[in-house]
Amino acid sequence: MYFRGDTVMAPPVVFADLLSNFWVLLVIKLGLIAAVVPGLALVAIYGELKISAHMQSRIGPYFAGGRWGWAQPLADGLKFIQKEDLVPDDADEYVFKFAPYVVLAGTLATFVIIPWGPRLIIRDLDLGLFYLLAVSSISTIGVLMAGWSSANKYSLMGGLRAGAQLIAYELPLVLAAVGVAVQAETLSLPGIVDAQGIDALYTIPGTDIGLPFIMVGQIVGFAIFLIASLAELSRTPFDMPIAESELVMGYLTEYSGLRFTMFFLGEYAGMVGLAAIASTLFLGGYYFPGIPADAADFVGPMVLVGKVGVLVFLFIWMRWTFPRLREDQLQSLAWKWLIPIALANIAVTAVFKVAF
Amino acid sequence: MTVNPQAMVHLSDAAVSVELETPDMTLNIGPQHPSTHGVLRLVAQVDGERINSVEPVVGYMHRGYEKLSEVRTYAQITALVNRIDWVSGFANEVPFIVAAERLMDIEVPERATAIRLILTEMARLSSHLIFLSSYPLEIGAATPLMHALRERERILDLMEGLTGGRFHPNFNRIGGVKPAVGQGAQTKKMSLDIPKGFLDGTRESMARMTAIADDMDSLVSGNEIFLARTKGVGVIPADKAKAFGVSGPNLRASGVQFDLRRIEDYLPYDRYEFDIPVGTTGDCYDRYMVRLEEVRQAARIISQAIEGLPSGPLQAKVPRIIKVPKGEIYVRAENPKGEMGYYIVSEGGRIPYRVKIRSASFSNLSVMPWLLEGALVPDIIAILGSLDFVLGDVDR
Amino acid sequence: MATRPLPKIPLTGLAKGMWLTLKTLFTKPVTVNYPLEKEIPVPRARGVIALDVDNCTVCMLCARECPDWCIYIEGHKEEQPPSKPGGRPRSRAVLDRFDIDYALCMYCGICVEVCPFDALYWSPEYEYSERDISAMLHDKERLTDWLTTVPDPPPLES
Repeated sequence: MYFRGDTVMAPPVVFADLLSNFWVLLVIKLGLIAAVVPGLALVAIYGELKISAHMQSRIGPYFAGGRWGWAQPLADGLKFIQKEDLVPDDADEYVFKFAPYVVLAGTLATFVIIPWGPRLIIRDLDLGLFYLLAVSSISTIGVLMAGWSSANKYSLMGGLRAGAQLIAYELPLVLAAVGVAVQAETLSLPGIVDAQGIDALYTIPGTDIGLPFIMVGQIVGFAIFLIASLAELSRTPFDMPIAESELVMGYLTEYSGLRFTMFFLGEYAGMVGLAAIASTLFLGGYYFPGIPADAADFVGPMVLVGKVGVLVFLFIWMRWTFPRLREDQLQSLAWKWLIPIALANIAVTAVFKVAF
Repeated sequence: MTVNPQAMVHLSDAAVSVELETPDMTLNIGPQHPSTHGVLRLVAQVDGERINSVEPVVGYMHRGYEKLSEVRTYAQITALVNRIDWVSGFANEVPFIVAAERLMDIEVPERATAIRLILTEMARLSSHLIFLSSYPLEIGAATPLMHALRERERILDLMEGLTGGRFHPNFNRIGGVKPAVGQGAQTKKMSLDIPKGFLDGTRESMARMTAIADDMDSLVSGNEIFLARTKGVGVIPADKAKAFGVSGPNLRASGVQFDLRRIEDYLPYDRYEFDIPVGTTGDCYDRYMVRLEEVRQAARIISQAIEGLPSGPLQAKVPRIIKVPKGEIYVRAENPKGEMGYYIVSEGGRIPYRVKIRSASFSNLSVMPWLLEGALVPDIIAILGSLDFVLGDVDR
Repeated sequence: MATRPLPKIPLTGLAKGMWLTLKTLFTKPVTVNYPLEKEIPVPRARGVIALDVDNCTVCMLCARECPDWCIYIEGHKEEQPPSKPGGRPRSRAVLDRFDIDYALCMYCGICVEVCPFDALYWSPEYEYSERDISAMLHDKERLTDWLTTVPDPPPLES
């Protein structure tokens, strides 16, 4: 782990040697990401299965794992692994095979900068927010690769739709985050959390309880960020790239087996990742009012997971209620509404920041 | 090989002077596609997301019912025609049976016609609830599907309790509805009148039907995204609808007050009060709304019908071996999908000489190439779904 | 009229839908958890056809009236001793084979209806799917076994 600031807790001597070794640390970090991210994604998948079922008067998974079907995502994963890895004859084989990894890599890279606690972060980059927005567009390339290489007209249309959509919604996402950066006076994510939490810039008058940015004028930014992340994740009401009823399965049409699992896992990991970033930027991240700074090391991750859970529930809830927009309506929503509002939001935030 | 220099110059000139043209992409939608309601195939010429032309190819589900009818008795044909539009099986039987009865000049008892009417309206409910569930799904919302199907199950249970079949009741007989069967001494196959609990169950279910229509209002009809997807999309003006032979809710959505329940007298609809919902513009949203309102109206008709159910026999006196006298007749009825008619030519005998089936979906589908010209790819699905056809009804 | 008033305030339509799904989330699901729980089919349900061999006179009416000809009947005549002494010996038809191919059957119920001697009954049993399509051909013995599952007819609405 990377230890930040001057409050470094001295680890036991043996471990200290090990932890100071760059390679050992790297392996530990990789292992953590490799364990935590798919784990959270599986929980999100299970949540989606169960919540969607109950919203439709169904039970959902029931038998796998003995009780409440808790092992259903694992069972699905096992099933996918057993499936044949089909590559269409006309497909551009290497691109086709490589695309899922690009998508997954782009998603996993966002987890590097998410602060789970005051000292629990893979790497605290000073340009964290900038890095985030840069790596999150890597997935777009993967999706375009998948759409183009599949040699399928539906995949092609899905891939192009995805490309257009992800580019259009990258902008409101960035612009909504700029408001936060202006308010927090930093681009580093732990810095942004601190600005809402322990060394809060804004507190409830008369107390030292920090206010998250959503409560100090960033509610519009939060709404835009949420809508844009729904679109980034290609979830209903913005799931045109997949659009089962129109494009069969969009750019995923030709994928099967493990490669499909990669996309699937990437989608849900991306959902968790974007929810974690949204809670960090707008909801105060791992900080929760009333929790002292020294307890935050331990409670912080749980607080963040709780906030992520609420946002993921919101994503799932919206997905199972709303129909899908049309491609042109999606574009006009982004360009005619979200981007101007986000720009206005930045202007207003900046004016207030300077004025007060 | 001799090279003609003049030709070469000519060719290169052509290459320079002709503008670069993007050829249309041929997108083959179906016969296996998630939302073509079975096995419809659309050959679309698309330019990006824009559709230049669409050619529907039907016939993948042709089962030859007209030909099969030429070698089957009337009772057997009743079992077959159930399968034409399988989501409203009972409604397919009625016009056929009525046609045969008119040829034979049989007076059907009142109780039988009332039961026929109740079951026909139940078939309408079951068909419209399928539409209400699948149409939002095609637009992208998955939850209305389960909500509507949950309530549809009540209708199917009621039908099963009365007729024995959920989808294919096969409850009509020439001269009435299924009478007491079996001539033997035992009692297990006795009279097939309405079983106990049917009326109460129907009352309860009809209340649920209005409730699900209200649920659909809050879940779908008012949804801004749904409105954006359906309002002003796929407009069929009244004159075009008439010209293409569109019938049923699709025609009424265009503002034409044409309902065979009021015009023909194949069932005693004149005894009951009900409204005929009519749309204004004829877009996808109107077609959806007309069907949603028809759910309420069908529930209203059934509620009235079960209260004043006439008593009496279920079947008129008919000969044991049914022979239909020589003659020709066309009987049409307002099916959930539109006008369904049977043209029966009888040479006298147990088997019809020829049965022509006029199915609603086939004519409704014919408007599509005109309607889809210039639409967007997502609109194909929105328009396709709003026409509410069943491939069995198209291909027969 | 078909068109109802649309919501005036923007986004109320979306909010109403979300409220409905949230309400449904906390209501009891309607699922019948099939292998664990089973719905009891109504007595009239057309599940499977049961055969009462004693009543069958091998008249072939059912096989002839079947719309897809899925009933196979074979029989032969047997000489019976005269019922009273001095009478003529009588011949009686004996059923050798009575098969219904459920892979073909379309469950219309015409055979049950035309049987003049009450030899066929509907039973609401439905759990007889097979891995092999040829096993869907139920022979005389299997059809007779279904007879125990035939329910009494339901009481009628007075």
